[in-house]
Amino acid sequence: MPGTFIDVRVDASVARDPEIAKKLEEICPVSIFEATPGGVRIVESNLDECVLCDLCLPAAPEGKIQIVKLYE
Amino acid sequence: MRFYEYEAKDLFRRHGLPLGKSQTIDRPEEARSAFAALGGGPVVLKSQVLSGGRMKAGAVRFADDAAAAEAAATAIFPIRVNGQECRSILVEEKTKVAKEYFVAITWDGRAKRPVCVFSDMGGIDIEEVALTHPDHVSKTHFSTIVPLMPHVAKQAVAATGVTGSDLNKLAPIVFELMKIFLAYDLTLAEINPLAKLADGRFVVLDGHIDMEAEARGQHKKLLTELGIGDDETRQARPPTAFELAGARVNAADHRGVAGNVVEFDGNLGLVIGAGGGSLTLFDAVRKHGGKPANYCEIGGNPSMSKAKELTKLILSKPGVEKIAVMMNVVSNTRVDIVARGVIKGCLEAGKDPAETIAIFRIPGAWEEEGFKILKKYGVDFCDRSVSMHDAAGRAVAKLRR
Ligand code: SF4
Repeated sequence: MPGTFIDVRVDASVARDPEIAKKLEEICPVSIFEATPGGVRIVESNLDECVLCDLCLPAAPEGKIQIVKLYE
Repeated sequence: MRFYEYEAKDLFRRHGLPLGKSQTIDRPEEARSAFAALGGGPVVLKSQVLSGGRMKAGAVRFADDAAAAEAAATAIFPIRVNGQECRSILVEEKTKVAKEYFVAITWDGRAKRPVCVFSDMGGIDIEEVALTHPDHVSKTHFSTIVPLMPHVAKQAVAATGVTGSDLNKLAPIVFELMKIFLAYDLTLAEINPLAKLADGRFVVLDGHIDMEAEARGQHKKLLTELGIGDDETRQARPPTAFELAGARVNAADHRGVAGNVVEFDGNLGLVIGAGGGSLTLFDAVRKHGGKPANYCEIGGNPSMSKAKELTKLILSKPGVEKIAVMMNVVSNTRVDIVARGVIKGCLEAGKDPAETIAIFRIPGAWEEEGFKILKKYGVDFCDRSVSMHDAAGRAVAKLRR
């Protein structure tokens, strides 16, 4: 489920990659990503904490992560 | 954090300031032995409360013999001074005073330096003296960086016309008080009256000490020695359940500040902040005839969830009809994050943000993003072109409708 203001989408083609999952978990300052054995998990309760820093974008191939502002 | 008089005097004694003989008692029957221990001469008994107005309340009494001392103590203990219970009684030898002086060191926010206020007309309200006899009050600023020199204290005293041996005796006392102020991170170090006795000696008759609350940890050793426990908040009243809940909101998340609340009984909840902004905005609401439900301080970029929890707490307070979200222009707090927090707080409290948020006036960092969010939820907002005063007026007007 998306947050009230923000949704973060990880493309299915990279969502199961453990390396990307690890990078995402490390890089996000507000813990929106969790690296699990099955790949990356979005921590829904933290979605609205997203500070729009875009640090997660280069952690995966271009266009595979989307930060969506639901108020736009 | 305010000290009791006996604690302030304990601190003064450690620094060699001249004090009369005294003893603290916890029960009326101890007054007799205290009387004897102080030499059997006339004594003054003073209730130890963190408030002024002791004399008017009858909580300061004089006694010439042991029986009278006990009777005075019996009368003083049950007296509440401005709602405060008597913690103990300070029994002091009564002195023959020839002249009274005033000296206080405090912080001058405008000058951004400490200031020493000295007057040769002590014992009475210093504000009144400053108005009626301005030539008898000196204000001397000093540095917190450049080492403090004794001549600064001497100048402060001499500026009121004190000369000769009085000047030479007073200046070291004032100098020591300045040093105490700096050494213990005080916000106030006051002696009033500082008495000249008939025999020419000078004695501290009453003293006030206020320590910066944040400095408590740094001066733990002193506070422990003075018997001031960590749990003693020294506030005018114990915190309410609402205030304790606010402190929990603040403590639950290290990011920014949101949750330092003070409870009032109005209908307009306030989510306000930005340095002196909280005070300015609170005053502005009152100036427009509004009734704040709370005072609070937000700042330092609180997280969305922290702003949300604070909003929910304020909305849960009985009688709160709307909230006003206002700050001065912010650079270190994100407008959009606060906007998200207060809107989500309303939604989780089951309220319509457009109806509940009377005004949102936080201009500054990420305001375009914040304004987009507010627009989407139909919240009335304004930018920096609307003053804090006018924004408060808009919020109050909505409650009148
Ligand atoms: S933009 Fe920043 S805060 Fe948002 S999900 Fe990516 S890394 Fe986390």
